[in-house]
Amino acid sequence: MSEHILAVDRLSMRFGGIVAVNELSFSAERRKITALIGPNGAGKTTVFNCITGFYKPTSGAIRLTHDDGTTIALERLNDFRISKQAKVARTFQNIRLFPGMTALENLMVAQHNALMRASGLTFLGLIGAPSWRQAEARAIDLSTFWLKRIGLLERADDAAGNLPYGDQRRLEIARAMCTEPALLCLDEPAAGLNARESGALSELLLSIRGEQGTSILLIEHDMSVVMEISDHVVVMDYGVKIAEGTPQHVRDDPKVIAAYLGADEQEAIAVMESET
Amino acid sequence: MDYLAQQLINGLVLGSIYGLIAIGYTMVYGIVGMINFAHGDIFMIGGFIALISFLVLVSFGLTAVPLILLIVLLVSMAITALYGWTVERIAYRPLRHSFRLAPMLSAIGMSFILTNFSQVAQGARVKPVPPIITGGYTLHEGASGFNVQLSNIQIIVVATTVVLLALFTWLVSRTRLGRDMRACEQDQTMASLLGVDVDRTISFTFVIGAALAAVAGMMYLLYYGLVDFFMGFVAGIKAFTAAVLGGIGSLPGAMLGGLLIGLIETLWSAYFSVEYKDVAAFSILIVVLIFLPTGLLGRPEVEKV
Amino acid sequence: MSSPSPAPLPAPSHAARNSGPAFILKKAVLSALVALVLFSLMIGVRTEAGPEGLLIYWTRFGELAAIVAAVFGGSIVIELLRQWIGPVGAAGLIPAWLKDLMDFAGRWLTPALLVFTFLIPVIFYDQRYILDLAILVLTYVMLGWGLNVVVGLAGLLDLGYVAFYAVGAYSYALLATNFGLSFWICLPLAGILAAFWGVLLGFPVLRLRGDYLAIVTLAFGEIIRLVLINWQSLTGGPNGVTGIPRPTFFGIPLTPGDDGLAAMLGIEFSPTHRVVFLFYLILALALLTNWVTIRLRRLPIGRAWEALREDEVACRALGINITTTKLTAFATGALFGGFAGAFFATRQGFISPESFTFHESALVLAIVVLGGMGSQLGVALAALAMIGGFELFRGLDQYRMLVFGFAMVLLMIWRPRGLVGHRAPTVFLEKNQAISSDLVKEGHG
Repeated sequence: MSEHILAVDRLSMRFGGIVAVNELSFSAERRKITALIGPNGAGKTTVFNCITGFYKPTSGAIRLTHDDGTTIALERLNDFRISKQAKVARTFQNIRLFPGMTALENLMVAQHNALMRASGLTFLGLIGAPSWRQAEARAIDLSTFWLKRIGLLERADDAAGNLPYGDQRRLEIARAMCTEPALLCLDEPAAGLNARESGALSELLLSIRGEQGTSILLIEHDMSVVMEISDHVVVMDYGVKIAEGTPQHVRDDPKVIAAYLGADEQEAIAVMESET
Repeated sequence: MDYLAQQLINGLVLGSIYGLIAIGYTMVYGIVGMINFAHGDIFMIGGFIALISFLVLVSFGLTAVPLILLIVLLVSMAITALYGWTVERIAYRPLRHSFRLAPMLSAIGMSFILTNFSQVAQGARVKPVPPIITGGYTLHEGASGFNVQLSNIQIIVVATTVVLLALFTWLVSRTRLGRDMRACEQDQTMASLLGVDVDRTISFTFVIGAALAAVAGMMYLLYYGLVDFFMGFVAGIKAFTAAVLGGIGSLPGAMLGGLLIGLIETLWSAYFSVEYKDVAAFSILIVVLIFLPTGLLGRPEVEKV
Repeated sequence: MSSPSPAPLPAPSHAARNSGPAFILKKAVLSALVALVLFSLMIGVRTEAGPEGLLIYWTRFGELAAIVAAVFGGSIVIELLRQWIGPVGAAGLIPAWLKDLMDFAGRWLTPALLVFTFLIPVIFYDQRYILDLAILVLTYVMLGWGLNVVVGLAGLLDLGYVAFYAVGAYSYALLATNFGLSFWICLPLAGILAAFWGVLLGFPVLRLRGDYLAIVTLAFGEIIRLVLINWQSLTGGPNGVTGIPRPTFFGIPLTPGDDGLAAMLGIEFSPTHRVVFLFYLILALALLTNWVTIRLRRLPIGRAWEALREDEVACRALGINITTTKLTAFATGALFGGFAGAFFATRQGFISPESFTFHESALVLAIVVLGGMGSQLGVALAALAMIGGFELFRGLDQYRMLVFGFAMVLLMIWRPRGLVGHRAPTVFLEKNQAISSDLVKEGHG
């Protein structure tokens, strides 16, 4: 069994003449948190979209290896199959919940494929077969578990669109976890959160890694979160990898500091401040 | 060969009419992002107003055909433009920031209003007019007795279309108003922050679209010699097809799409079956949207995640 | 619930300037002037094809003056009303009252309405007109509920729903007249064929979004109608199909003969029996539609439809196959449309392409949107209001469609989100609370 759950090999993505990602290679370890960082426009989200099937990479390979040793070529799967077959779940930079559905419903939708099988492609469900009722109860239990975990049990029946911003972020992570993924990809989960909320987020992510044993890949700008929870950090700039290693190692890398200084003063300060 | 040449001429003329209507669809879609369902009926109203003003002018004893045509053109453009303005003011503006289905249904309702208004006001019967412009040229005398004809009316239709198209292209690309329109198309909030009167600009878009539809209505009247209250629906869908085919939001695209639809329809009628010509046009709409959703001259859309 | 489109409030000084009698008068004069120009030729002059095919015209300045005066007066009234309601909050005044009524309705009116509907044939046994009207309303309730699956739940804008209605009607008509199959065999066949066409249409077009999908479905509806008109050898062309068999009471005909149901039961034959039977038939079909839809909403497929309406990209990220999800929505909607079509054919005994115009699609869509997307009760009430209201204007004949058009525009401006402005959750832990429609998305497809 490979130690790496995800291996990205010489991934390139071009849009017309623009090279967003150029020959990028990195890997994410099983049951570890890997962070993908870099200044704005470095190509992080593009990498995410390639991994999660929203873009088809121009070239390169993305290999996902499950616990049982089966390997899946993610660049050949598209769209919903990434989540359904490869068990890769994701969240979005600008939260994409189902705002008109309740928090509980959001988590139920995430269990679609399992419930679809249990409902006998709807027909068993339509006649209310006992096997379906049990499956539904189990799905509600799983949703309840996650609502409790993110501290939103009291708001289970509120519309997702009515929840405060921080709660929405956590709900989106819980929703992704309800698909029971092997790899969880988070696109800037701490964006817009205050210090207390990002602290809670760090705890949640660490516990997901520890208790569920889910591998996590995240893009993050909030350096305090990255430095606190990451096991491994990959730094990108202009579509290429400029450094990787432990948080400490990356933080001291002059290339990384230069990249951030060149791009955005504030982020550079954030990187350097996190050293102290 | 002669037969084909003749059909190409006919198709070009029909296509000019579709193109003029399509411009209205494409401009409105570009700026407010909705299908102006009532636009086909605006075209029909334009035809009716041209017919009535023509009749009135003739009964006043006016005989100079070019003068009559010019007056009819201006009158029908002016009044129909006001129809366009009123439709936007009543049915669309209150719903501008509402959710998407509301303006769509409001537009369908407006289309019913206009169709049935002219049925009630002018009767359900088809209104024929005697040929106003006669004569033409024989371009080629075929051996088998089939002559390729180019009638004066065909020349007028194409010439008017070209002149107006040039005029409005200039309007949109070179004037302050055109710049405001393009600004609103990009970002209405930003445009209004920069001092563009968004309401007025959108109104103007409808006015221009309606005026061009009126021209199309008048050309239709001259070319086919009849109008009826129901002609807006099918012509509207075909013109929308033309706008989509050319790439929605693009003025030259609308004209190109109009010409293509006109040609396809004419050739289909000439070589296959007249009964299924509308089926052909609608099928093209479906095929184009599936395989070429951005049209021939449209900008491709990149999905944002 | 507040209106989702709050207009930005004008500055106070601006408001003061916009309220005096001079302002109202100015506005009314402007409106009257616009009306004068608009109607000058269209109403002031009436054209008609005279003898020998030449056009003649006569003037109607009296009517023109009357209409312009009406616009002038109407403008003053509207402006006064606006200023009267304005300070209270234009959206708050009537809708608040209506919302309470709707909440009340949500709890008590549904069972009451259902009981009343069941009793209609008893109460109005002698009034054929009311029974016929009730059947018509129920047909549209069923169509509305069917289309609601596609538009209200899945958020796919379908302007060609009438095509499936037509497929259902012609399937039954042709199968029954050509092969002598009974209604009860044809009914499921009609539904399945319609669903098949739904999938056939759905497959290529489901990549399209929003208005594009709308226009393609519209084109599809028109293609079906044009084929029905032109394929004369199969469909009888514009003359339609005649002599479609009436439905039997599960094999027993509802005729005055010895083998008829009346004779078998030993009661006197009455033509009303058949009307009552048709009434209960469409009621059963409509309730079946409703029951299936409510069940489906609580199943993963129904939740996936609603999730699709809310956010298609998120659905893909959650492993939901959006193509099959959309297709099932299309097919389910088409299935019910097909059932309704078969019922229509057997009730009329005669069908022609004229019954399946774009106008029907627009009417059903208006019912769904006016009802409040996704709300079953709202759709039923909207169907009652639309078809009932339509009947009220029966005497006005050609003005009917004009009134209908105005009703559509005004209703959209008044309540763009429909009568029932909230969504009921499909599952809950503690409290079953409605979700304001302001949060509910309307789909992009």
